[in-house]
Amino acid sequence: MKKIKKIKIKINGKIKSINQDSNLSLVLKNLKIPLNKVAIELNEEIIDKKKISKIKLNKNDKIEIVHFIGGG
Amino acid sequence: MVNLKKDSLIIANKKFNSRLIVGTGKYNSMSECAKAIKLSGAEIVTVAVRRVNISDKNKPLLMDYIDPKKITYLPNTAGCFNSKEALRTLRLAREIGGWKLVKLEVLGDKKNLFPDMIETLKSTEVLAKEGFKVMVYCNDDPLMAKRLENSGADAIMPLAAPIGSGLGIQNKINIQIIRKQTKLPLIIDAGLGQASDATIAMELGCDGVLVNTAIAKAKKPFEMALAFKNAVIAGRQSYKSGRIDKILMGNPSSPSKGII
Repeated sequence: MKKIKKIKIKINGKIKSINQDSNLSLVLKNLKIPLNKVAIELNEEIIDKKKISKIKLNKNDKIEIVHFIGGG
Repeated sequence: MVNLKKDSLIIANKKFNSRLIVGTGKYNSMSECAKAIKLSGAEIVTVAVRRVNISDKNKPLLMDYIDPKKITYLPNTAGCFNSKEALRTLRLAREIGGWKLVKLEVLGDKKNLFPDMIETLKSTEVLAKEGFKVMVYCNDDPLMAKRLENSGADAIMPLAAPIGSGLGIQNKINIQIIRKQTKLPLIIDAGLGQASDATIAMELGCDGVLVNTAIAKAKKPFEMALAFKNAVIAGRQSYKSGRIDKILMGNPSSPSKGII
């Protein structure tokens, strides 16, 4: 069986190891992110949530997932 | 009688019945925050944009406690110290769910939390061009308030005193001058400590007040939320009623004619 290669990416400042060729949608799904309540940045660029299944992730990609919390 | 029902607060063409805006920070719990908001009668609440906690997926979400369909979320850039950070934050906020009405707050000093007005002005110009409806936290400088207005701000939000200080309104003259010069909604954004401060702000002619710490950190937040609600209504009613002139000497309330 072919061994799946892993790559390292950063999500919200934390290093995560994911399968090479994973798309953004899968990674967010595994993290159980409620897509209707967040915004997502990939390498400091805002991502259209409708297109996440088409976005392939690369080594050292930086993802930021934000939502609303209490604030003044 | 003043019909307060018809006296709506209009921001960027949107009507609100309550003139009290409340922050959602500093509460002991989400449920405490939600209850205080309900009691305050506020229809707009400020919220912060922060990273999702990816390691604790069961952490309660603000949206589960405060329904954004019923209460207008006003994303805020608190914690941003330059234009780049503020713009990034608000563009993300818009992306969460189409929010265009935002509160811009670019701080300049970590201790006094005064706004950096140069970065604030720059950000206002960019945001207005990008179609945002920008409510701007600002200093109490009438000239800067004018420049913000000319740059496309949708509401002017001067501080009354430093954020979270509870000092109350320290700048009545400046607030009154800004009131005279602008037709934009004028909302006191920071520094209030107790309900009567809100009444004073409204009596100065402000269109609303934004309160967070004074409610969230009161010994009894629910009671204080209600007090602020009533104080804002009282102040607005007082302002609309037209106060008497101030005179130096006494003026008896009972007629002098017919004294025995």
